[in-house]
Amino acid sequence: MGSTNSTLLKIPNVEVLMQETGFSPAHIIRLHDRFKALDKEGRGYLCPQDFGAIKELAMNPIGDRIIGAFFSPGKETVDFHAFVKILAHFRPVDKDRPKEPNSPEPINSRSNKLKFAFQLYDQDKDGKISRDELLKVLRAMLGMQVTEEQLESIADRTIQEADLDRDDAISFEEFRKSLEKVNIDHKMSIRFLR
Amino acid sequence: MAFLRQFTLILALLVVFSTSCRAATLEVDSVEKGHNLSSKSSATEDTSTSTNDSTGGHGTSTISTLPIVIWKWHHVETPYLVALWILTCWLCKLVVELNHNVTNVFPESGLLIILGFILGGIVWGADKVQTFRLIPVNFFYYLLPQIVLDASYCMPNKLFFSNLGAILVHAVIGTCWNAGTVGIALWACYEGGAMGNLNIGCLQFLLFGALMSAVDPVAVIAVFEEVHVNEVLYILVFGESLLNDGVTVVLYNVFDAFVSLGGPKINAAEIIKGIVSFFVVAFGGSFLGVVFAVLISMLTRITKNIQVIEAGFIIVLGYLSYLTAEMLSLSAILSITFCGVCCQKYINANMDEKSVTTLRYTLKMMANGSETMIFVFLGLSAIDKNIWVWNTGFILLTLLFVVLFRFIGVFTLNWILNRSRLIPIDYVDQFVMGYGGLRGAVAYGLAATLDEKKIPEKNLMLGTTLIVVYFTVILQGITMKPLVQWLKVKKASQSDLTLNGKMNNRAFEHILTAMEDICGRMGDNWWTRHWNYFEDKYVCWLLMKSNARKHKDPIFGAFHKLNLEDAKTYVTEGERKGSLAFIRNFDNASVDFKKKLALEYADLMPDIMADMSEYDFGIDNVPVNSVMKNQIPSVSLDMYEQDRKGMPDELSAHHLLDQHLYKSRSHNRPTYSRSHYNTTENPDEMQEIFQRTMRSRLESFKSAKMGVNPAKKLSKHPKKDSTHKPNGKPADPHRTHPYGDEDFEFSADSASSSEIAGHFPRRSTPGSGVDNPSFIPEMDTSPPMRNPPWQTETGNNAAVAPSQRAQGRLPWTPTNLRHVEPPRMNTHSTDTFVMGDASVNEEAPERKPGTNQTKL
Repeated sequence: MGSTNSTLLKIPNVEVLMQETGFSPAHIIRLHDRFKALDKEGRGYLCPQDFGAIKELAMNPIGDRIIGAFFSPGKETVDFHAFVKILAHFRPVDKDRPKEPNSPEPINSRSNKLKFAFQLYDQDKDGKISRDELLKVLRAMLGMQVTEEQLESIADRTIQEADLDRDDAISFEEFRKSLEKVNIDHKMSIRFLR
Repeated sequence: MAFLRQFTLILALLVVFSTSCRAATLEVDSVEKGHNLSSKSSATEDTSTSTNDSTGGHGTSTISTLPIVIWKWHHVETPYLVALWILTCWLCKLVVELNHNVTNVFPESGLLIILGFILGGIVWGADKVQTFRLIPVNFFYYLLPQIVLDASYCMPNKLFFSNLGAILVHAVIGTCWNAGTVGIALWACYEGGAMGNLNIGCLQFLLFGALMSAVDPVAVIAVFEEVHVNEVLYILVFGESLLNDGVTVVLYNVFDAFVSLGGPKINAAEIIKGIVSFFVVAFGGSFLGVVFAVLISMLTRITKNIQVIEAGFIIVLGYLSYLTAEMLSLSAILSITFCGVCCQKYINANMDEKSVTTLRYTLKMMANGSETMIFVFLGLSAIDKNIWVWNTGFILLTLLFVVLFRFIGVFTLNWILNRSRLIPIDYVDQFVMGYGGLRGAVAYGLAATLDEKKIPEKNLMLGTTLIVVYFTVILQGITMKPLVQWLKVKKASQSDLTLNGKMNNRAFEHILTAMEDICGRMGDNWWTRHWNYFEDKYVCWLLMKSNARKHKDPIFGAFHKLNLEDAKTYVTEGERKGSLAFIRNFDNASVDFKKKLALEYADLMPDIMADMSEYDFGIDNVPVNSVMKNQIPSVSLDMYEQDRKGMPDELSAHHLLDQHLYKSRSHNRPTYSRSHYNTTENPDEMQEIFQRTMRSRLESFKSAKMGVNPAKKLSKHPKKDSTHKPNGKPADPHRTHPYGDEDFEFSADSASSSEIAGHFPRRSTPGSGVDNPSFIPEMDTSPPMRNPPWQTETGNNAAVAPSQRAQGRLPWTPTNLRHVEPPRMNTHSTDTFVMGDASVNEEAPERKPGTNQTKL
């Protein structure tokens, strides 16, 4: 227990972090270890290159986008707090924890999870997934299995499906509506972050 | 009327049934009494007697004259009885299913058992002895494999494997727990004196516990299929019931061996052997199943030329996997289960779609049929005085322990599982899982195989098993539905297939794996991903046809399926409308559908258009595409005018199709072929069609690719157009369009026949449509480079699309379906569509006077 405390003490503002993310001290320590392992040069922050060094991530078709999601616009680095906050999106929703009425929306709420997914599509950050943006993601995910022509039809159709105001793009509201029936809590949660 | 029908059916059932009974009586007379012929008596068992009889019956008798007809009952006896019994059982199902008010309350399985009681009573009444009963050999070799194969082949794979851990825990540990506790508790009660004096030892009790431990897949499928609980709960109960049969049989064999060995000989070594054999049997069986699955998948790669029997391979090989496992004394049920589960993906990809459908229906038919037979015979077997040895204590205690320990086991195991599950199983679901522990035919089959020499109280066990089966299937089956409703168990959500859902699912998977990578943990997604990678690279290469491999992407699959659905709705709508006109209504088609049609029509459109342009301008050199584009505005906005055009347009549509569709040259020859039932297609014909299609496709592709958008050419001719404009043609309300607007006119009966005569000739006069201004801007300003060729083609086809307003008024247009909305090529065209919608008030023509002229 002593080592636990000492590790925790090394992290600045750890109480605030735990409060915001809902992670337990064990999680924080585990993530901190991982953070230090990724931060090979010990600078206290991570660069996109640090993420790029993860071998499996390079195989991920939308890996770049996911790495990009860690960096807030204009910034080239991510510190531990931001790192944990991003990962907190994937903490399973806990039903047992009593909900305080005046507490802010937790990071792992449904709409925050959705927002995270949405911004992966919406690369130009205009609040809308345009046809081109969608096409890029689809191309990455479907790869060589379908022809370009089919890809475009799929993109068209996907947009038609979700597009309620007929502006040929999917806004976040439309995105949320199209996934209304999907159990996001289950699909965007990682077990060991519980 | 309904009553009459019901009555007739019951009558028919009785007739059939009495035939089989009569047959039985005959048979009982000839064969020595006491020989138990089971209904579905295996041919192997009875052929000897029947052949003997047949030779004795009429073979030896010297004939004095040529007999015209001979009564040869014994020739056909066995197969005849089998067929009659199958018919009887299926008629039972028919009777049961007659009234849905009854089946809504009682589960079908329970009703079948009750009908079985009645039939058994009749047999008993006729023969004074139960001539027919379910004998284990028939059950395990002929009835069960079909059901398990069907269940495993139709298993929702992803769900199954993602819950495999929980299923295995329940199936293995849960079953062992049930077997052990029920056996020991019964034994303890016996020692305590609760059952009087019975000749049963501890090991026999354990054996009995083992045979009672299995949750029966047949009963579970029958009951749970009707209640629609949520997927996870369903797969847990169902998967458990499938896998634990294997475990039960293994346990049964181990205990059976122990019983044969006798108590004193059992030492630690034997027990360890038992445990080892348990694992060998279970895993060996599963492994054998996987081997057979690989064999089947590889075989279906090369069965293209014998498509008709392709589906049969799966059934035969699946059955062989069962028998092989049985031969090697491995778990046959596990073998066939894993065979079905593992091969389904690859064979579905390898085989022709027709074969897949055939296979699916055949399996369903066989499984349903044998399930019906099992239940009827479970009921029928009970009507036998010989098997009933009543011991209240034993029976009631068994019932109690079976239910009690099932609940305890389920709750304990789920509590352990929930500690590590992402989505915990909640208490209501756990309760239903416990309640769903239905015992069925497997338990009965095992009880019937007990050896009376080793277990003196076999009949008591058999009777008790039957009572437990009836209790669980009938009572728990009936109460399951109300219980599920009362507890508000989460039902299976009917989520419709959407591309967004599919696509985002994929995205979520990638996101989760990425996050796991970043966290440096090997979570579930890590395994999934690596398996997928491995499967893509090696397994699919080995087991799938190369062309099947390309089309297996689920997103594309969803896309394809949606389009097929659209096409179907489309055709249905059109048929309801009673004409082909719906084909013209391209704007309602989904993207892919349009593409198809565009390709089909590509070759005929230019011709027509060219004809017309020639007439109109006297020029041939107008680029075909531009003329076609010009047709687009020609959709009329005037409803009253359209009213009068209905009939002629239909005629013209027919004419058009007649002229331009490819005529089949080789008509279907009335040939009969055993191995093919295709329409005879001439390869030359196919090639010609192909070439025609390709040619037109290429042309349009060129024009689209090179940026020479037809719409641009259009702008070269405005002068020409304007010269025609003064003729007032575009504004002429009486001018009809060659073949536009059919869609909405069929509801208009005002088209009198006289007008047909009046209109028809006129349509050969160069028709140029009334402008639909809402279309024009799109045509002028859309050289969308990214438009695939077929989309440009679509533009052409829009020439025959109804105006926006008219479309809106179509009584049958599925405008409420979001996915059949007009395609929007770009934002600009969206605007025009919006305007088109707004243009209901006929102020449209003056909105863009300049562009309006871009017409023929």
